[in-house]
Amino acid sequence: MSGVRRDNAERRVLAVARPIIIVLLLVICLFPFYYMVLLSFRPLDAVLQDPGALWPQLGEIDWGTYRDVLTSTASGGQGFLSFIRNSAIVAVGTVVLTLVVSIPGAYAVSRLEFFGRRQISAVFLGVYFFPAILLAIPLFVFFTRIGQRGTLSGLVVVYVAQVAAVSIYMLRNYFDTIPASLEEAAAIDGCTRLQAMRHISLPLALPAIASNALFVFMIAWNEFLFALLFLVEDRSKWTVSLGLSQLAGSIEVPTTVLMAGSVILTVPIIVLFFLSERWLAGGLTAGAEKG
Amino acid sequence: MSVSGSTTPAGSTVRAPDPAPPERRPRRAHRSRSARVREDRRAGYMLISPTAVIVFVMVVLPILWTFSLAFQDVRLLNLRTTGVIGAYSLDNFKAVLTSPGFLDALVTTLVYSVCGTACAIGLGMIAALALRAPFRGRGVVRACMLIPYVAPVVAATFVWKTMLNPQFGILNHYGTTLLGWKDPIAFLSSAQSVSPFGIDLHVSTSLLTVVLFEGWRSFPFAFLFITARMQAIPDSLEEAATVDGATLTERFRYIVLPQLLPTLAVLTVLRFIWTFNNFDDIYLLTGGGSGTQVVAVRVYDYLINRGDIGAAAAQALVLAAILAILVTAYLKLFGRSEEVV
Repeated sequence: MSGVRRDNAERRVLAVARPIIIVLLLVICLFPFYYMVLLSFRPLDAVLQDPGALWPQLGEIDWGTYRDVLTSTASGGQGFLSFIRNSAIVAVGTVVLTLVVSIPGAYAVSRLEFFGRRQISAVFLGVYFFPAILLAIPLFVFFTRIGQRGTLSGLVVVYVAQVAAVSIYMLRNYFDTIPASLEEAAAIDGCTRLQAMRHISLPLALPAIASNALFVFMIAWNEFLFALLFLVEDRSKWTVSLGLSQLAGSIEVPTTVLMAGSVILTVPIIVLFFLSERWLAGGLTAGAEKG
Repeated sequence: MSVSGSTTPAGSTVRAPDPAPPERRPRRAHRSRSARVREDRRAGYMLISPTAVIVFVMVVLPILWTFSLAFQDVRLLNLRTTGVIGAYSLDNFKAVLTSPGFLDALVTTLVYSVCGTACAIGLGMIAALALRAPFRGRGVVRACMLIPYVAPVVAATFVWKTMLNPQFGILNHYGTTLLGWKDPIAFLSSAQSVSPFGIDLHVSTSLLTVVLFEGWRSFPFAFLFITARMQAIPDSLEEAATVDGATLTERFRYIVLPQLLPTLAVLTVLRFIWTFNNFDDIYLLTGGGSGTQVVAVRVYDYLINRGDIGAAAAQALVLAAILAILVTAYLKLFGRSEEVV
């Protein structure tokens, strides 16, 4: 009986504690981003005078920060528009190239019996755990020597090599769930293996391919270390992440303007994330669920 | 470093059975089967080769080359004249291992990764438990919990730096006006040791801040993993325990937690590896100053600021070796329980 009473007492405590914890967690997760948006709309002197304001005062809202941060340096702005272009080129390029190499690769690892197919995914995944800073040294030296450091295409190649493994791993899991019997039926109808892959399995895997594309896009858009090592010397090549980090160190650019830059950097990712959240969450934990 | 096999998510998945050979018309099937096996093998090599080539050229070769660089005297200045065959020596390792600050960086890295991992998993566990029972809007709340993890690291660190700024940061503003702090705290540039209740922890304020940042940024990953595993626990187990008179905490302690242990073990390895290798967060938050210089940041410093590529490579190799030893030791100790996953 006392067990039941203690159980009830614990339930009552939890009934109170749980909503508090949830609200606290939400505040922890969301407040920094709210603060980012808030500061991007407040004039700098207002922030310095009243740093504790939790919402903008009436008539205080200022879009000027966005104009400042986006206009080119020639017109006195920070030139984020060109950073956005560079980031987009790098991210889209990485997505396209990664899919081109990893869709066939994932299909092969999932479906085809060939020597070393099991080992190959282990090797690829091992890459994922390697210290990026260790890889950074030889790649830095290599691209410097062939004169390709400082090019966006060089960076894309490096990114593809880093994400191809994860991409193959995610896609393979999906190919594994498509029944092989579908392709066998196609084979009996006279399809070759490659035709069966193109006409049967690929269309079925489209949702996984789409979420994988978004995942790779987010990694490439957010990446910092290699962008820093490869592109830092030439401002016209900076990505949004790199540009923001470089300008954040200077005292000449007001914090509120850079907050507008942060919002510009973050918004695409948050939008993509909410579009693909269901798939991504599923993909990230595919390994854990089957335990 | 081989961190694969049964401990990684890859090893934990159930593979689909290989496509069974068609068995209907036995006589023709034999010929078409061996043809198909050959065709499969050829197609397999063809399809995997682009990935294999790019990973080999951009990952495997560079790693091997790092060894070569680490044993040579390579500087940014003489880079163009250095080849694979050069004067090999152990000088870089000697210089790096005996240089002042290396041991400190190693200790800092360890403290950072252990505490950061613990923070992330602890917070992830709390979040997973709090969001376990369904309620209206739980889906949205769950999605919000993941935002710190997906947001660009540069934006996240910048907004934290601003919030923690001693002059106009919001935290110091409310700390001094509401909480009665005497002076604003320089969260990211104070090398002063944290000493709650007079106990010196030998951890600088800045290091504590970057650990908390790591916990904030990575807990969503732990939260996802733990939530997924919790959903797989059958309700009947807990219902039976309730009938037997187990209280809420007892049900957690004796039913839920044991089910989660293998997942927590895998999570610990993953988070530890990633935190150990982390460069971005600390570089962006403190630049490695005031007691937060981890080895990864030190490697960068040697590579770019000192232009000493050989020493940077040697240091990176030492970092990877230590990580490999730690992970192997962990797997040796706890490997058994992870076979289940």
